[in-house]
Amino acid sequence: MNFIAHLFARYQLSHMLILALLLIVVLPLSMDIFRLNLIGKYLTYAFVAIGLVLCWGYGGILSLGQGVFFGLGGYCMAMFLKLEASSPENTAIQTTPGIPDFMDWNQLTELPWFWEPFHSFGFTLLAIILVPAFFAFVVTVAMFKRRVGGVYFAIITQAVAAILTILIIGQQGYTGGVNGITDLRTLHGWDIRTDEAKYILYFVCVALLFVCLFIGKYVINSKLGRLLVAMREREDRVRFSGYDVSAFKIFIFCLASVFSAIGGAMFTLQIGFMSPTFVGIVPSIEMVIFCAVGGRLSLLGAVYGALLVNAAKTSFSESFPELWLFAMGALFIGVVMAFPNGLAGVWTTYIEPRLPARLRSPVPPSTIPAVAVTTTAETSSTPSANPTVEHRHAGN
Amino acid sequence: MLETNKHIEQKDFVLSVEGLTVSFDGFKAVSDLSLYVEEQEIRVIIGPNGAGKTTVLDLICGRTKATEGSIKFKGKELTRMNEHQIVHAGIGRKFQTPSIYEDLTVFENLELSYPRGRNVWGALTFRRDQQVIDKVIEIAEMIFLADKLDMSADLLSHGQKQWLEIGMLLIQDPELLMLDEPVAGMSVSERQQTAALLQKITKDRSVLVIEHDMQFVADIADRVTVLHQGKVLSEGSMERVQNDPKVIEVYLGH
Repeated sequence: MNFIAHLFARYQLSHMLILALLLIVVLPLSMDIFRLNLIGKYLTYAFVAIGLVLCWGYGGILSLGQGVFFGLGGYCMAMFLKLEASSPENTAIQTTPGIPDFMDWNQLTELPWFWEPFHSFGFTLLAIILVPAFFAFVVTVAMFKRRVGGVYFAIITQAVAAILTILIIGQQGYTGGVNGITDLRTLHGWDIRTDEAKYILYFVCVALLFVCLFIGKYVINSKLGRLLVAMREREDRVRFSGYDVSAFKIFIFCLASVFSAIGGAMFTLQIGFMSPTFVGIVPSIEMVIFCAVGGRLSLLGAVYGALLVNAAKTSFSESFPELWLFAMGALFIGVVMAFPNGLAGVWTTYIEPRLPARLRSPVPPSTIPAVAVTTTAETSSTPSANPTVEHRHAGN
Repeated sequence: MLETNKHIEQKDFVLSVEGLTVSFDGFKAVSDLSLYVEEQEIRVIIGPNGAGKTTVLDLICGRTKATEGSIKFKGKELTRMNEHQIVHAGIGRKFQTPSIYEDLTVFENLELSYPRGRNVWGALTFRRDQQVIDKVIEIAEMIFLADKLDMSADLLSHGQKQWLEIGMLLIQDPELLMLDEPVAGMSVSERQQTAALLQKITKDRSVLVIEHDMQFVADIADRVTVLHQGKVLSEGSMERVQNDPKVIEVYLGH
């Protein structure tokens, strides 16, 4: 019983349960599959937002290029699905049957070498994790070993996003160009376009999201999480406490990029295509906004942020398409100015204290053992005496 | 014969700095500086503003890269090592303004400085076991913060922050401790407590201190090195240095 209570506190299971209830029971029961599929799409952005909580909120590394990793994951999945959809029978009318249609239109006569391994689903799953991780590793080693940080790093991630978009659009024969990779049909013969498949993929997406949430929680609760906070404030002090700061930054950025890539792969599966519009600068910045609105120090907040902003985007842009971008910009500025910790911050500062005591979240986990070993901890275990700790755990 | 002598000499020194030079765009902040610190010695570096005192500490701990010269710590050449490798070798550095993690509690500040789990995997799997807790409490008692372990560090007073940073160094158990103005901005009583603290913690290690407060220097120093324009102007006991005419001219006389 004690162990369970400990787990509850450590992973904020009560809040996790509420989200699980919402995503697994309430939404599927109250929405038709078209709307639920949209929710599934929003959730793929939540993967990116969770990654941003880790690397931006905790690590202080602002990335304006998370679309790159979302895209890499999505493209890996799309390449596999496209190859399956381009069987010689399906493409018999092409000049070269058996290769994706856009290659045929671009006068390619054989499959490029880097497409070959994507015939294998196992390789594809590995590639979804390893390609973005490797790419993130190369970029961050180059940057963080040279101690490029802050706004310079953010600008470089933007440049990377722009470069990758231009590359994808320019190499039409290899990538499908500006249209992306479309007309995806089956996964190992299982038609992913049916309503039933969409339901299943939605639940797979939710399950993976919770896997990422738990990994994220584990990292935040570990010493590495506290080191990230420390690095965000006093990078030099961390260095002179004997830590190789760049190694930690590289790790957290790679982890965030892998989360984004999983989101991208789930996007491809649920929506049925992948295109450069999800790679570039604009989608990357939108992803930062989801994270900021939800609360950049809260993993769960990031999920709600992605859901709410996207839902607002969909309904708002249906009625006022030309105003939407302005509204989005205003939302971002408003949140940063008024609620720097986003929705999660609003929750922990304004709503939660007014709730009955038993509904409040438990004591922040990292202080529990310390309280247990000191005798004079009564003063500091009350929330009001410890505002920053509260803030730091602004998770809900 | 000369070579063997030199060899024996080096063995006695924990830290030997030789011919150290660093130039920033041609300006030599430290110029051909040599400095030897013995085991368990408390060495204080004094000198007017801009004499290069902090730069010397920066060079030793790897924050600034030397243009020329060598820094040997227990026979290891430091000039080619990274900051964290230098820390692993056994050197701890305190900054001039208190450099602590204000978003974390006092306990967490000390815990992060505990020398275990210093790589990514180690940090992910780090467990707060009894050994860590005991050590943190022991250090916290030493730095007068035992009743503030769960307090967020930004609520500490200036002097307490300085102590916390000293504690963060102590928990690393370095063989050479470098302190940059440890009592700057402290009240009189805090200053006395700090002096007592330094006396206590310097028993098993060598200490390099930069300080302006002459009374404090006289209280703690074994030997004093006076820097002026990046060079050693004078070196020896406090008494000798105070009576050195060169020192009086550039520094103490003003």
